[in-house]
Amino acid sequence: MKKIAVLAAAGLLAGSAFSGAVAQETIKIGVTQPLTGAFAASGNYVAQGAKIAEDEINKAGGVLGKQIQLIIEDNKSNPTEAVSTVEKLIQKDKVPVLIGAWSSTLTLAVMPKLDEYQVPMIVETSSSGKITTSGNPYIFRISPTSEMEAKAFQPLVAKMGIKKANFLYTNNDFGIGSGAEYSKMLKANGVEIGVMETMDPKATDFSAQLAKIKSTGGDTLFVTTAVEQLTLILKQAEEQQLKVKIVSCGGSNSPDQLIDQAGAAANGSYHTAFFPPWFPEVTKNPDVAKRYMDEWKKRGHNVGGLTEGFRGYDGVYVAVAAIKAAGKPDPEAIRKALWGVTVKGIYGDIHFTKQGPAGKESGQNVPVVYLVTIDNGKVVRTKF
Amino acid sequence: MDQLLQHLLNATVLGGTYALLGIGLTLIFGIMRVVNFTHGELYAFGAYCMYLLVMLLNVNFFLAFFLAVALGAALGGAIEILLLNRLRGADIDTTMLVMIGAWIVMQNAEQLTWSGVALSVNSPFPADPLVLGPMSVSWNRIYVFAVAVVLIGATYYFVNRTRLGKAMRATFQDRDTAALMGIQIDRIHTATFALGSSLAAAAGALLGPVFVVTPTMGDLAASKAFAIVILGGLGNVVGATVGGFILAFAEEIGAGYISSGYRDAMGFVLIIFILLMRPTGLFAQKERIG
Repeated sequence: MKKIAVLAAAGLLAGSAFSGAVAQETIKIGVTQPLTGAFAASGNYVAQGAKIAEDEINKAGGVLGKQIQLIIEDNKSNPTEAVSTVEKLIQKDKVPVLIGAWSSTLTLAVMPKLDEYQVPMIVETSSSGKITTSGNPYIFRISPTSEMEAKAFQPLVAKMGIKKANFLYTNNDFGIGSGAEYSKMLKANGVEIGVMETMDPKATDFSAQLAKIKSTGGDTLFVTTAVEQLTLILKQAEEQQLKVKIVSCGGSNSPDQLIDQAGAAANGSYHTAFFPPWFPEVTKNPDVAKRYMDEWKKRGHNVGGLTEGFRGYDGVYVAVAAIKAAGKPDPEAIRKALWGVTVKGIYGDIHFTKQGPAGKESGQNVPVVYLVTIDNGKVVRTKF
Repeated sequence: MDQLLQHLLNATVLGGTYALLGIGLTLIFGIMRVVNFTHGELYAFGAYCMYLLVMLLNVNFFLAFFLAVALGAALGGAIEILLLNRLRGADIDTTMLVMIGAWIVMQNAEQLTWSGVALSVNSPFPADPLVLGPMSVSWNRIYVFAVAVVLIGATYYFVNRTRLGKAMRATFQDRDTAALMGIQIDRIHTATFALGSSLAAAAGALLGPVFVVTPTMGDLAASKAFAIVILGGLGNVVGATVGGFILAFAEEIGAGYISSGYRDAMGFVLIIFILLMRPTGLFAQKERIG
């Protein structure tokens, strides 16, 4: 009997020593992104940016004396799959912190799981207001909300001479949130709102919506969707002779890709950007932006993806800063530490302010929003 | 009024491409009774062929279209020989599962080869649209419509008026009797699948330059094609053509005057309504048994 107990104790010791050794190797960070499906292009860019940060941090010695290891899971642009990836990352990989999940719909889908398992997530792209106002204390968003974006646009309303605006947005949390915030801001500035048209996130033909918008009149069309649909809207607006100013909101508009694919139809369009790689010197931390851009180009990634990749890059730096401040790779310690970090990133000096119901606040960063114009096949900063 | 005219013009042009998608599938799904989940991927394949030929290999735009259609037929024939030929006589569920697998493999292969970034194909048509009073339409779409009409007519003629078309219809009505009459049914199966696939590839090759080319572009096209086939009655080329136009008009008018957010739902609501009235579709012949 005694012998068995000794053996068991030895086994336990060996077991714990073994798991201790594994834990010492790396500190894991979970990433859930749409690597396939409708948002595959953007999700892959974010993952590429995250990997650049991972390599930089590891080359500089890692964190807490250990190397970091990103575990990147594909959420297939699908909310159900997104929930599965988060379950897997938390349950199987035991990651103490997550980064994800690109689209607002995907992020909203995984949020209850963060609450359930009490693991914090850094939200790198999603803009729907609901994410930080619904009382989930595990959410720390570094990207701007639609409301912040609309507010940043406000001074331009008069300068652009907007009198009557129409909307066309994708029929999901991202589009609906953006349409609501922008129309609220425009109304408050005395702009008449014509029609608010929606489109399925997968749709490719917008002829009906554009014909309706054309017949309504108005001088400006606000469009919220990702770059693929935006390309088609610019082309089809030209085909239907819709002669209005087109403003794309949401920052996932990749103006370089628009120039490449929509050609002349992209000229004269306006776009919000959260990182302007055409003039990185205007950003808060140009040295960081330059380091990221140089490495991106060195790796041969698509330059059109620079406006998405930085989100993953910043996300990893914020996660690592919080792990360092927490002193251990523990979810609760990291969650607490996230409130105190300030990271010199491409989104600016990233730090979190409280949003949402008292006692269950989410963290929200306040980044700078830029407005750019496509002028004769070149991206320029909008000037008035 | 101006808005209505523009909607009608848009719907007519859109209807031509829907009809093309529908007839390709009606041959396979309706006549062969194979639930063909790869139809949307053949559509994407046609579009990627255009990208490869026109943008990377600098092949003439119109020549590239013919090559894309031929490649689509070849790929369809290959799928039939490699997968479906071995499943002759298998139940519909087995075939369906294999086709779902083929669909997933093809879509992921597209993403692996071309990445998820949308690609665009330049067309030789002028960028300025054709303006007809209050309406306007791009030259590229006029070309798409014209080619679609020609292909629809050619398919109708082929299936209903040629010997091979007759052999096809005979095979799928009664395989054993057709075989006894000396029809080589294996070849008929391959030819039908290749023809249906080439029409999907043609639709993709026509619409790739109008829209953008992405690995997931086939999903929506496939769901619409199935709806059109069911609406028109399985296996009926005229039915699929009319079904395609009905779907286009329902979407365009529904989006223009009721709600654009439910644009894709409009067509399906109409289909449910029509199927309640005519459960076999608009043009289906009476079901043959045995």
